[in-house]
This record gives sequence, C-alpha cells and structure tokens, in this order.
Amino acid sequence: MAKRSSADAIPQDIARLSFEDALAALEKIVRELEEGKVKLNDAIAAYERGAMLKRHCEAKLSEAKAKVDKIELGPQGTVRAAGADID
Amino acid sequence: MSQISRQSPGEGATETNRPVFSVGELSNALKRTIEAAFGRVQVRGEISGLTRAASGHVYFVLKDADAVLDAVCWRGVAASLALKPEDGMEVVLSGRISTYAQRSKYQIVVEGIELAGEGALLKLIEERKKLLAAEGLFDEARKKPIPYLPDVIGVVTSPTGAVIRDILHRLNARFPRHVLLWPVLVQGEGAPAAIAAAIEGFNRIEAGGGVPRPDVLIVARGGGSLEDLMAFNEEIVVRAAAASDIPLISAVGHETDVTLIDFAADVRAPTPSAAAEMAVPVRIELLARIMDEGTRLLGAINRALADWTARIEGLARIMGDPARLIEEAAQRLDDKAERLRYAAANGLARSRAELDAVAAALRPQALYVSIDHGGDIARGFAERLDGATRRIVADAGTRLDNAANLLESISYRRVLERGYVVARDRAEVPVTSAGAARPGMALSLEFHDAKVAATVAGKAPPKPGAARRAGAKPAGGGEQGSLL
Repeated sequence: MAKRSSADAIPQDIARLSFEDALAALEKIVRELEEGKVKLNDAIAAYERGAMLKRHCEAKLSEAKAKVDKIELGPQGTVRAAGADID
Repeated sequence: MSQISRQSPGEGATETNRPVFSVGELSNALKRTIEAAFGRVQVRGEISGLTRAASGHVYFVLKDADAVLDAVCWRGVAASLALKPEDGMEVVLSGRISTYAQRSKYQIVVEGIELAGEGALLKLIEERKKLLAAEGLFDEARKKPIPYLPDVIGVVTSPTGAVIRDILHRLNARFPRHVLLWPVLVQGEGAPAAIAAAIEGFNRIEAGGGVPRPDVLIVARGGGSLEDLMAFNEEIVVRAAAASDIPLISAVGHETDVTLIDFAADVRAPTPSAAAEMAVPVRIELLARIMDEGTRLLGAINRALADWTARIEGLARIMGDPARLIEEAAQRLDDKAERLRYAAANGLARSRAELDAVAAALRPQALYVSIDHGGDIARGFAERLDGATRRIVADAGTRLDNAANLLESISYRRVLERGYVVARDRAEVPVTSAGAARPGMALSLEFHDAKVAATVAGKAPPKPGAARRAGAKPAGGGEQGSLL
C-alpha cells in the first residue's frame, strides 16, 4: 500500500472506500465500459479510476494476516489484548 | 463423630441412665447429623411462596403432592443464579439440608436451581421470548448488516474447546483476520453475566485505541443439552446482544438448537464454523474476482479504443489522407502560381501591345485625316455627280439630236424624196420583194408627194431588188427600211 510512489497514490476518495464498495464501483465501471456507452474522455478517466479501485481492492485483500489476541481485564475494568496461543 | 453424637440416644444408654440434653444441644446434634447425611442433595419440586427479603436472601417453599420443603437462597448465591426462581417453577434444587434450630425446622440451602424437565424449560423460554419480542428486541428493523470484509472480529466464547478452534480454522482458511477473543464461561452459574459483560465490553472499545474495535462479533458455544445452552436464553444476554452497536452473529449449539440470543442477533449462524463463514468472504475467490474485473477492465478499454480507432480510420478514409490533400493542393497552387506569374507577364505585355496599338491609332490627326478624306470623297462624289449629271444630260441631248437626225435621215419619206417608191398591196402591206409582186397584182405606189395605183406587168415575178433598182438606188435605204 505504501509501497507505491506518491505519483500514482490511490486518491483519498477511493482509499476511504470499503472493500465491497470499491468492488461494486469497479464492477460498475467495467460494465459501463463493456457496454461501450462511455465517451472517449470519460472512458479514459473511468479506466484510470477502475485501475485505482482494483489496486485498492488488492491492497485490502493483501492485508490478510491471522492474529489472535485474548482480552484481559485490568483492575478498573480496563480492557487490554494479549497474544493468545490457541491450538 | 462428635462427642454428642456418640452419646446420642439409643447408643448403649439405659433408660435410667439416659442423659438429659438441653434444647440447644439437641438441636446442634440434629443439625450435624442432618448435614452430614444430606450434605449434597438434589430435590425436585415446585416453587411456592417465594419472597425476596431486604437482605437479598430469597425464601420459598418447594413442594410436591406429598410434602413441603423450606428453601433458602443466600444473597450471594441468588445473584449468580442462572435461573431466577419464580413461583410455579418446576425446578430441581441443588444444595444441602440444614436445620433452623430457632424454629425447629429443616430446610434446604439452595446452591443451584435448574428447571425440571425440558417441557418446563421450553415453556419458560417461550414465555420469555414473547416478553422480549413485545419489547421489540427481535424486530427486523433493528438488524444491522454484517460487514463484508471486517478487519477485526470479536469472539465471545470459551477459550478452551473446539468452538474457538473451529472458528479460527475456518477464518484462516477463508480470510485470515485479527481475532479478539473475549474468554467467558458458556454454561453454569455466572455464564450469562460474563457473556453479557463481554458483549458490552467489546462495544465499549473505542475505535483507534490500544485495542482495536471489532467490526463484527461472534457469540458462540458448542452443542449441548437445553440446560447447557440456557445461558444464551437468559434475558441479560439477550438484551446485551440486542443492544450491541457492533453487528453480532450468534452461533450457539448445533443447527437444530435455537436460543433467544439467536433472535436478538443480527444474524444467526447454525454452527460456530458457519459463523466464521458469515464473518469473512473467501480471499482467494475475491482475488480471482478482482483479477477478472481487472482483465475485463483492460479488455473493455482496449476494445473501446480499438473501436474508436476503427471509426476514426473509417472517417479518415472517407476524408482522404489530409497530407495528400495538402500536397495535391500545394501542387495545384504551385502550378497556378507559375501560370499566374507568366500569365501576368504575358497578359501585361499583350495588353500593353494592344493598348499601344489602340493608343497609337487614337490620334486626333487620324480623325482629321478621316474627316478630310471623307470630305474629299464627298466632294469628289459631288463633282462626279455633277459632271455625270451634266454629261448624262448632254449625252442625252446629243443622242436625242443624233436620234432625231438619224430618225430624220432614215425617214422613208426622205428616201422617197430621193426617188424611191413604197409599193404596197391592197391590204396596204408593203411589197418588199419581186417574188411577192406577182404579175397582175394591184399595187399602190407611194411617192414622196402622193400615192399612185399600179399593176404589176410581165410574167415572171420581179425581184424585189429590181423593183428598187427600178425605182431608186439600192443603198442602205432598204436596210434602213427594214429597220423601221
């Protein structure tokens, strides 16, 4: 995610999207382009946005690391997480 | 064995030797005996006459058709009971039998209460369900959607056993995530309070703090008897689940087990593994889908660009090669320019020459010459006309004179004066030949002064010339006569 140079950084409005919203937006762009109803300039812009959405989705999918913490309660009912070794 | 119990009645004591207890001593002896014999019992009956004292202790009577048993539930135990005792409940009490010496009573000190029999339990659950449903805790409108791809998953279950392992295995197989386990007892006394506290505790975690706030909760327990699952039917747990701001998946027992938390949860999973499946999508499938979308995106834009290129090329074909058009136009321009250059020069020269010629001719003298010339011609014609007229008139006069002279000279009368005679027949037709003057023919002879009748003599017709020879000189007079 931060590996990319700032030149082609994912725009804020896309970075804020949830995975499913980004995927839905990507699918919409693909559908519209496939239907061939987009003007040339719009098509180029749509393609670029689609490419950003795809990268954003891939980034979300790459954040796949299993981690299990166990909640422990402190003296005043405070909550903290400690690594748990289950199985 | 206490001393008193050894000395209890009937153990070697004689009628006379029988010791005398105080009431208190006897009561204590009884208490020890009873507690020793019934230190841990379970007794089934119906709750009746339940009262909660201000002290927090709970008193009631457990009864059946044959007997009544006083029951007391001390405050600490009453607070932690999974099942709150109510009148009319058919329950199994667990505890110990003790005595209350002050009133000569024995009673059971309750340590646990369970509903007796599944029918009774289900009835209780059904009634509680109606109560909570009437409050709107199970309304569909309250259900929150489960996030598609949560970053953090909070799990409320036992830290030991198969349930948490099943959940983690299934999560890792689909989409490894950060799991926060809130360890709780899932059955027995204290379990409901712990489960409710865990749900509320997860909801109290602030986003961005040291402990990440879960995006979804899973409240799970493995299969068990109805009694085992009762914690998830408890009101406190159901209310906590309904109040959770974090979307909550319930997964209690096996597929056929339904507990009240299932109604309050946003989604009910039939098993803990199924809850994990609901919590996360399959990462590999999503990667494939994203790749597919990327491929389609690229294909679509390439097709679009190819389509546009083809259209542009088509239009270009119709328009022709602009470079060639320009080249051809440039060539035509060069050609025209060249011609223009020569045409200008040529045209100018030609025009100049024409102009010069015209200009040269355009002198007043020319006009004068013409006028003079015209005048001369006019004068010439006038002179000639005059002369000609005179000549014509003179000629005409001369010719008239000549004609008159000639007319005079050739008049036959003048000829007659020179001795010629004109012979005519009776019809007054001149007889001009001897042949015509047959003998005996009557003639009229005209002389210049009168006519004389005559007759032709002889046999042979005289020659006309003879007649003339006879009468006049054969000069041109005859010819003149024929002319007239």
